[in-house]
Amino acid sequence: MYAPGVNSSTTLSSSSSYNNDRPPSAEAVEVATDPASGGFFNSDYKKHDDLKQMLDSNKDNLKLEAMKRIIGMVAKGREASDLFPAVVKNVVSKNIEVKKLVYVYLVRYAEEQQDLALLSISTFQRALKDPNQLIRASALRVLSSIRVTMIVPIVMLAIKDAAADMSPYVRKTAAHAIPKLYSLDQDQKEELIQVLEKLLYDKTTLVVGSAVMAFEEVCPERIDLIHKNFRKLCSLLVDVDEWGQVVIINMLTRYARSQFTDPNLQDVDEDEESKRPFYEDENEVDEEQQEKRAPTLDPDHRLLLRSAKPLLQSRNAAVVLSVAQLYHHTAPRSEVHQVAKAMIRLLRSHREVQDIVLTSIAATATRRKVMFEPFLKSFFVRSSDATHIKLLKLEILTSLATESSVGIILRELQTYVAAHDPPFVAAAIQAIGRCASNIKEVTDTCLNGLVSLLSNKDQAVVAESVVVIKKLLQTQPSAHREIIIQMAKLVDSVTVPQARASILWLLGEYSERVPKIAPDVLRKMAKTFTSEEDIVKLQVMTLAVKLCLTNPKQTKLLCQYVLQLAKYDQNYDLRDRARFLRHIIFPADAESGGPTRLSKQAKKIFLAPKPAPVPESHFKDREQFQLGSLSHYINTKANGYQELPPFPLEAPDPKARDVETEPQVMEQAPLFTAKKVSSKKDSKFYSDTESPEDESEEDENSSDEDDDDDEEEEDSSSDKDEEEDDNEDEESSGLEEKLPKKVVKSNAKPKSDEEEEEDESDEDDSSSESVSDSDSEDESSEPSSVPKKQTRNAKPAKESTPVVKPKSNLDLLLDLDDVSPAFTPIMTPSLGGFLTPMSTPSSQVKTQLFPDIQPASAVISPNTTSELLNKINSSGLEIKYRFTRSPHLYSPSMASAELTFHNHGPDELTDIRVGEKPTSGGVSIHDFAPIPSLSPGSSLMGTIGVDFADSTQPVNFEIKIGSDRTYPVALKVPVGEVIRAVTMSEELFLKQQGGLRGMNENTAKLSLTKPCSDLKSLTNKILTVANLGVIPNSDSSTLRFVLNTCVNLPVEY
Amino acid sequence: MIHSLFIINPSGDVFMEKHWKSVISRSVCDYFFDHQRKASSPEDIPPVIATPHHYLISVYRSSMFFVAVCTTEVAPLFVVEFLHRVVDTFEDYFSECTESIIKEHYVVVYELLDEMLDNGFPLATESNILKELIKPPNILRTIANTVTGKSNVSSTLPSGQLSNIPWRRTGVKYTNNEAYFDMIEEVDAIIDKSGSTVCAEIQGYIDCCIKLSGMPDLSLSFVNPRLFDDVSFHPCVRFKRWESERVLSFIPPDGNFRLMSYHIGSQSIVAIPVYVRHSLCLRESGSGGRLDITLGPKQTLGRTIENVVLEIPMPKSVLNCGLVTNQGKYTFDPVSKLLVWEVGRIDVTKLPNIRGTISLQSGSPPVEANPSINVS
Repeated sequence: MYAPGVNSSTTLSSSSSYNNDRPPSAEAVEVATDPASGGFFNSDYKKHDDLKQMLDSNKDNLKLEAMKRIIGMVAKGREASDLFPAVVKNVVSKNIEVKKLVYVYLVRYAEEQQDLALLSISTFQRALKDPNQLIRASALRVLSSIRVTMIVPIVMLAIKDAAADMSPYVRKTAAHAIPKLYSLDQDQKEELIQVLEKLLYDKTTLVVGSAVMAFEEVCPERIDLIHKNFRKLCSLLVDVDEWGQVVIINMLTRYARSQFTDPNLQDVDEDEESKRPFYEDENEVDEEQQEKRAPTLDPDHRLLLRSAKPLLQSRNAAVVLSVAQLYHHTAPRSEVHQVAKAMIRLLRSHREVQDIVLTSIAATATRRKVMFEPFLKSFFVRSSDATHIKLLKLEILTSLATESSVGIILRELQTYVAAHDPPFVAAAIQAIGRCASNIKEVTDTCLNGLVSLLSNKDQAVVAESVVVIKKLLQTQPSAHREIIIQMAKLVDSVTVPQARASILWLLGEYSERVPKIAPDVLRKMAKTFTSEEDIVKLQVMTLAVKLCLTNPKQTKLLCQYVLQLAKYDQNYDLRDRARFLRHIIFPADAESGGPTRLSKQAKKIFLAPKPAPVPESHFKDREQFQLGSLSHYINTKANGYQELPPFPLEAPDPKARDVETEPQVMEQAPLFTAKKVSSKKDSKFYSDTESPEDESEEDENSSDEDDDDDEEEEDSSSDKDEEEDDNEDEESSGLEEKLPKKVVKSNAKPKSDEEEEEDESDEDDSSSESVSDSDSEDESSEPSSVPKKQTRNAKPAKESTPVVKPKSNLDLLLDLDDVSPAFTPIMTPSLGGFLTPMSTPSSQVKTQLFPDIQPASAVISPNTTSELLNKINSSGLEIKYRFTRSPHLYSPSMASAELTFHNHGPDELTDIRVGEKPTSGGVSIHDFAPIPSLSPGSSLMGTIGVDFADSTQPVNFEIKIGSDRTYPVALKVPVGEVIRAVTMSEELFLKQQGGLRGMNENTAKLSLTKPCSDLKSLTNKILTVANLGVIPNSDSSTLRFVLNTCVNLPVEY
Repeated sequence: MIHSLFIINPSGDVFMEKHWKSVISRSVCDYFFDHQRKASSPEDIPPVIATPHHYLISVYRSSMFFVAVCTTEVAPLFVVEFLHRVVDTFEDYFSECTESIIKEHYVVVYELLDEMLDNGFPLATESNILKELIKPPNILRTIANTVTGKSNVSSTLPSGQLSNIPWRRTGVKYTNNEAYFDMIEEVDAIIDKSGSTVCAEIQGYIDCCIKLSGMPDLSLSFVNPRLFDDVSFHPCVRFKRWESERVLSFIPPDGNFRLMSYHIGSQSIVAIPVYVRHSLCLRESGSGGRLDITLGPKQTLGRTIENVVLEIPMPKSVLNCGLVTNQGKYTFDPVSKLLVWEVGRIDVTKLPNIRGTISLQSGSPPVEANPSINVS
């Protein structure tokens, strides 16, 4: 089956233990005996048989070994397709590595073996349903990579499924699969776009980058798909992986060009600007213009630029350059320069990166000199640079040269001329020429410098200088006789044809300036004519003709001689030129006799003033391409290049980018919305879950905070608090925040329980609406009367707990509450003694949401009552209420208040019920059961549910007695009753606290006038004030409380 | 995007190829070889070569060419950057990246390439994620795998891939928690004949080796962050924190990585640690030349300068050098005409010096060579 001997000589340098016996010099052996190296056809088949046997075996390690060798062949580009049937069987292998290698093989050869490849499809279909996301994803990857048209429908289905997968990783794979399928079958485009649209809506950073990549490959023209995602893409940009960032930014550049107006519209033409003498001026102008322009920039445009900017700090050069091109193409001019620094930084990267970045800079520098001027020195050439880098740097240096900087640049260029790199030296000399012709001030200096180079020992330098001088002289028609004479002398020494040709042209053009030398040179050249290069020969002819026209006496014969020579030249260009020139100059050859019309005009034809060449950067014409793109680099339109559209004159409707506010809110404050939703939902099914109490308590308190709960989260409404403070006793009114509260409490503490109760309720009358109990205002009867009726449920603690009325500073806490979602309706034992809700179902509902946060029953139910209806006003009926800290049955958003009806009057009261109820502001009331009759002196209990809709405003409604008597009443709620206690672990608490941090946090030091003897009593006091849950605490100096959610009242002392 | 990848060794063999889409014949590399022939050194091959149907984008690293083939428009820097990332990953996995190493670990290399790109678009490039997917090879694991039948390939998705911090794997545990930071600064200066600085700049890097358990959240602050002209960060660094407070706040990847690199440009004054006093005179009498170079420390703030290497690319006409050094040793490669003098430590009391004669071919007149100096 498996012959180790054979194997050891054929392994492809695998890392596995199988080739431990491989000789160290296997490299040489390997080439010779490689299965696919040909020549050994017999053994070749044998070898493959061997592999097939290994693949057929049932041992995983043999299979793995075989697969490794096969992959080795694939990697080397050797043919391994005849193994396909044997390999494809192993697609079901349990061994994950074998499987992976089979996948690799399959993707490579499936296209060639379509029928056999179909065998594997069912395996992938099964794997697509695998619970392991990695397996699902890799199955989709391979399935979509198998380029077999027959499976297109299967892949389509798989992509659709995967696009809706739970795992973002699978969705990412789906995004990758879309262009694969598209390239396989273009007809699927419409359907793929639908899937793609869904994926573009994805909010996971993992998916977004790939989705945009797929968008670019499949339907880059469907820019409308981006509208709704534009803002999301901008906000996610920083968190997307680097490769995704590049793709997204490039796409958004195109988007911005099509959707926003040109921010530089009012500007002067950029070319003009770059010609201005001082760039400082430009900046000023820019700033002014910026000021004028700033407000016109579309906010979304601004958003895009702002969110891309931090990416200039990316380690990935591609990301930096894509941000740079975004700024280059879309930003207002005054902001573009921000990217320069980052681009300069890239110049310290790898050679290839440098090359591409320099190309981009070179193209940018032709238009925006100012941007790179401060970094001029970064473009100085280093001796260690590669030649093409050096050339690019020279190009940039010349583009950047201005009057102020040309001195430094020329000094550098001078050094470069002495370098050893011939193409670089040539480029340096040309650069000097360009500087000279661009900047008039230095033309003479440059020319002198170049002339001095003519005496250089290096032929190449001299030749290049000659060519450059020729161009320069042309731009400067003023007499430079000396130079021309000097150059004429060079004809003897210079051998480079380009240079010789240039000299000859110069002599011909300016022959009247050197009337004696020119004919002599022509004489010399005529002598050597046959041995010259073609380009030189052409110039000799030109020179001859020009001289013949200006100085026919001396040169006519020479000219004829030269033309005669050229007539028999091997090069047909030369022969043609000779014939052409002869007929103009010497028409006498024809027997017509007199000069033809052409020959009369010969002087005008040959000695016409020629326009000087304008040396330009060859990067100038690249502007049409998107900076940093492949097309830009190669300066030709690459396959699939998307044109950058010009800015529209009128911006398309920005509303297209508006997203319905709902999802946005979800994003920004998910907790808050969750609360709203849950409260609404819950209210519908009270019968099922017994969770109606959910919100009631918390809502009870705050009616005036209702409206502002989202906005006010942050600025915890100190005004309002102060107002409420005023209601309070003097102790708390003047002080801020939590401070007063503690003071009150600690003051209260030493008093006896009863006194305290009295005091406290007195103190807090105004704020907490305590209602005097009986006609005698017998405060002390209040605590006792209530418990009497509810002893069954009342906690023992209640009796002994001093009643502390809620203080205004609690409102601060309430603000905290409102921030947090109401997800835990707490079931507390109802003090009412009836209708005690079942706590289990609702808690189950909650635990599903937040498994770690358990609802807790109120630790303490205060027995403070307040007056709702005064007996004096209402012919003897007194109604008192107190909050039971238990959710109301009817709706989770209602707090339940226990009403005590007491008839102090002499008559029996009949038919007590709720009359007019408020309808505004979401406040709703669930009536107490109407009381048919209440005999004098007797009391009855009732429960009313009030949904305060998150406000602390008192709720006004009417109580009707009998048919005619109506009494308006106001039910006020202290903040502490709106909230609900939960329990959670300390760990979770801290976590949640961390999560909420910064939203609104109030911290205040409380100085206790008389320190509480122990934590317990302090806890009790606080608990009486507000319905809180106590967190089990490791740190004894800290008390932590939880309300409905995780909002807390950390009290430290 | 990236269609195929060919890895070519200096002698022009395509020793590995990988295709992410349909197969492209390796004959496409002929265009590349054409350019290679034209170029005087491997460095001079243009990174992007346009052929009639394909675009070849190549990088040259560890004396190998990594040639990516693209068929459609793509940002060239994207491909270049990715290829460098591939090489970095290989170096990370096999501690070095040479032809023989790649050949030896071709299976892992192939698996890595398969994981890094999907359909030519980068899929997973974070080393921490890749290492969870495909375990780096080592002898111990190879043996263990043979015995237990386990493989190097993970069957579960790396936890980092789904999190917001894809660069770090979860569940890291160390008994010794340690973090090392290397500050590397390179001074680059161009100095003219007279010894004055034409331009000088500093490129600095902070390389880390972090071995900390769990999810450490680190912050690093600088005494004078204003010095940095420009910085770039590993993706783990929070941009906002840096912008507002100039503090590097980050959850580091596990293991080695480059946290940040910075650039201190021409605006600031850069202290150059050494000076070179040179007298190089070629073709003094007949076909000979003289060379005399002395090195000395400058602005070192009391630190000694070590590992000084001096390189002079000599003009083509130089045949050989007969030099004497008072410290270190020199080599002259007659093929590349590169004179390398490994000086070592610079001792203030006895300045290192090299002098001697240079034999020249009679011919073209050479000019003063520009010595480039590497100090580390």
